[in-house]
Amino acid sequence: MIPELGYGAAIVALVLALWGAVTAALGARTGRPALLLSAQHAALAVFVLVTACFALLTYAFLTFDFSVRYVATNTNLGTPFYYRITGVWGALEGSIILWTWMLGLYTLIVILRHREGARELYPWVLTVMLGVLAFFLLVITVAAPPFARQAPVPADGRGLNPLLEDTGMITHPVALYLGFTGLTVPFAFAMAALITGRVGDAWITLTRRWTIIAWYFLSLGLLIGGWWSYHVLGWGGYWAWDPVENAAFMPWLTATAFLHSVMIQERRRMLKLWNISLVILTFSLTLFGTFLTRSGVIASVHAFTQGTIGAFFLSFLALVLLTALGLLAVRWDALHAQGELDSIVSRESAFLLNNVLFVAATFTVFFGTVFPLLSEAARGVKVSVGAPFFNQVNVPLFLALIFLMGVGPLIAWRRASFDNLRRNFLWPVLVGVAAAAFFFSLGVRSAIAVLVLALTVFVASTITVDFARASRARVRLGEPLLPAMGGLLRRHNRRYGGFGVHLGILIIAVGVTGSQAWSVQTETTLRRGEYAELAGYRVRFEDLTASEESNHFKVAGAFTVSNGRGLGVLRPAKKFYPQETSPIAYVDYRLGLREDIYLVLGDFARDGSQATVKFQVNRLVSWIWIGGLVLTAGAVLAILPEKKKAA
Amino acid sequence: MSRRAWRWLIPLSALPVLALLAYGFRVNPREIPSPLVGRPAPGFALTTFDGAPLTLEAQRGKVVVVNFWASWCYPACYEEAPVLERSWRAYRDRGVVVVGVDIQDKAEAAQKFIRDFGLSFPNAPDPTGKVSVDFGTYGVPETFFIDRRGRIRAKHVGALTDEVLRTHVEPLLGEPAG
Amino acid sequence: MRVRLAPVATLFLAVLLIGAARGAPAPARTVSEAEVHEIAGGLRCVVCQNLSVADSPSEMARQMRAIVRERLEAGESPTEVVQYFVDRYGEWILLSPRRSGFTLLVWLAPLVAVALGLAIVGVLVWKWTRRPATTGAALRVDPAMRERIRRETEAEP
Repeated sequence: MIPELGYGAAIVALVLALWGAVTAALGARTGRPALLLSAQHAALAVFVLVTACFALLTYAFLTFDFSVRYVATNTNLGTPFYYRITGVWGALEGSIILWTWMLGLYTLIVILRHREGARELYPWVLTVMLGVLAFFLLVITVAAPPFARQAPVPADGRGLNPLLEDTGMITHPVALYLGFTGLTVPFAFAMAALITGRVGDAWITLTRRWTIIAWYFLSLGLLIGGWWSYHVLGWGGYWAWDPVENAAFMPWLTATAFLHSVMIQERRRMLKLWNISLVILTFSLTLFGTFLTRSGVIASVHAFTQGTIGAFFLSFLALVLLTALGLLAVRWDALHAQGELDSIVSRESAFLLNNVLFVAATFTVFFGTVFPLLSEAARGVKVSVGAPFFNQVNVPLFLALIFLMGVGPLIAWRRASFDNLRRNFLWPVLVGVAAAAFFFSLGVRSAIAVLVLALTVFVASTITVDFARASRARVRLGEPLLPAMGGLLRRHNRRYGGFGVHLGILIIAVGVTGSQAWSVQTETTLRRGEYAELAGYRVRFEDLTASEESNHFKVAGAFTVSNGRGLGVLRPAKKFYPQETSPIAYVDYRLGLREDIYLVLGDFARDGSQATVKFQVNRLVSWIWIGGLVLTAGAVLAILPEKKKAA
Repeated sequence: MSRRAWRWLIPLSALPVLALLAYGFRVNPREIPSPLVGRPAPGFALTTFDGAPLTLEAQRGKVVVVNFWASWCYPACYEEAPVLERSWRAYRDRGVVVVGVDIQDKAEAAQKFIRDFGLSFPNAPDPTGKVSVDFGTYGVPETFFIDRRGRIRAKHVGALTDEVLRTHVEPLLGEPAG
Repeated sequence: MRVRLAPVATLFLAVLLIGAARGAPAPARTVSEAEVHEIAGGLRCVVCQNLSVADSPSEMARQMRAIVRERLEAGESPTEVVQYFVDRYGEWILLSPRRSGFTLLVWLAPLVAVALGLAIVGVLVWKWTRRPATTGAALRVDPAMRERIRRETEAEP
């Protein structure tokens, strides 16, 4: 009965979403408030119904309703309570429900915030949001119904993918989907602008903060994904350039480009066409990502099931792209305004360059991701495009972007005088060059590492110079130092929030560089009491223990770690799940600011006399997570409402 | 006017990309053709579980079916084991050899597998994985069909059926050994 | 529960045995962990998705690393070792496509993208800077456009 209720709720929600989309559009055309009101009620009802779907599916998980195929495939009697809840979105069908629920939530917030302020655009925004919702509800009801029954009812379920039994996998999709679905809002506004022909700057102003919020969640989702990869997958890395990672990274790149180019439009009323294109591209890339992860077209770690769902997503992607770009062509004249620039040496130029690089990086990642398909279509040969390729081609682009990160925020708008350049950049450049010499003298020989470190110091110096100068100006006006700094952050929160995000990215860049350049590893087989040595650490194999867990069997090795003094015991393990043919590695590690000790258990003798262990010393990886925290602080500062008078 | 026409290229530019993605439905990323088909089979020298030497060279002149398997490969290997045994018994007098190569396995489990299915054709472990890499295998089960002249003529991925085995072996039997 | 044995010890023993069978050639040279890692990092692990042979924790990848080491020790060059794998698995096994023939395309794409982007921005910036602010643009706007601009700007908060 419960599954049928859920299925019914989804169907009603689909009908209401379509109804709401149509009435909102009619309301926009006729100007009758009753229609719009009806659309709003429909949106509210859709949200309530999707929430009900979500709750009912969760209930089915908690009560082990194995008559529901999705429940039976993703849980079993041994699955711990905690993972029975998160297992709800652990696979395709449920993840779409989570996605839809978030989209519904965003739609409600848009209604609450914008129904008064943006009368011209708002009805169309509602139409687009509800239209997208209707598509996802169509997926829930037709392509991947989570409530589908099966007979006969199995006595026990198959169980969740063991790799997903981790807190990272609980928060990663939530953050990522908040990012993806959040990007629907600027897209809806852009579409509304195109439909109404009001392609001025109103939609930009209205969606700016939405974009930052979505961007932040996307960043967070990517970082948590990296953390999950690092501490669960057991290969010692956090980013493999897997098609699925690329699929999430591409909208991040274009959204980042948009966040910057938007500033030119705000200030100079230029690039209307470009900004709308970026928003369309970003939203399309989120759909491309869902298509990629769920269609099975390109081999990837996220082996979501295959089926008709790929065709659904591709059709919707085609619909979105053709409609949006078609509208763009229709509004070409209004969008195609001549730009004006005073000088090549200006912040405008820096931002334009920034956009070229971000879009080039997006194209590179996209082309690399679909290239295997192209190769097969063109000449019938299967090829792979993997990490070594992406690293090599993207590193120069990212280096240039880091350089621009230092230049962009400080160079003057319109025309940078020689004096402006000297005032802002003389010291940072000198400090940067000194840093390069310093790191070289320390024995850093990798050109990329020296470059990244020097650029990082350069950018950090520009931020320091700017912040110090602005604080000093306030102190001169009689404010004490700390309140002066606080006031600056609060008053120019967007600017300094942006700096915070930049700092976070810098720290992440250092972490990525360090881990790539300086990590070391070895793999050895140890008898009990024997030890392996690496980078000044000694790892001694003590013993092997086996234990029966609720849903798996676990064999853990005990390894004492020391570097002269004892650093404790690490217990990497192998988990044997009945539903998996091969065991799942369970990594154990000791995180540090400078380096992590990272152990993966390989093969072992059954009597516990010996074990193979992969022993890695991963350098500076923690900086990536710390950078994520700094980025979070910056993003939160930037998201804070502006112009609020200090109480 | 020409400018007005030109701008419709914007939406049209999406079509090739969409077409490429649609093409993706026609291909299976997990199915990778072996470059070894049509080439001489890599030689190997293994020792069977019974302790007898097993080389490919010694089988020259016969049609050889090399099957890669493992005892942990459930259910595919369990499905095809009886097929292999049946075919071996049916074809051995007609100049066909079935050879099992057990990879990434442990001896006791593999021997139990052989006992359980009563496999009588030669089976050997490949402890270093060298033979499986020489044959370019991706996993188990995979089966290679080698003609009388020692060339790999076909590769089958996944569990064998009597039908599949017959369609691959019969044509090779008709070929001269020369 | 299945426990896979085939630990490195067995592997080592087998290598020795095979070596003995072939007349036990001494390693032509010693091979460092880094060299093996370098080559293995460019090979795609065949039982995983998108992980390299260097990174994958799988058994198959471990065996392939051992094979890389063994071939290097036997005196093969890194190119020959890579070619050995390509001959058996096809180009598919290369994580980084070759810079020749059709796959050169994927390497050129980023260059073309950057060059094209720079060219477009360059032309635009050149055009835009040659049109000094406030002159020109305002004068050439036709009345209809001006009306539209007025409406749009008024509508904005």
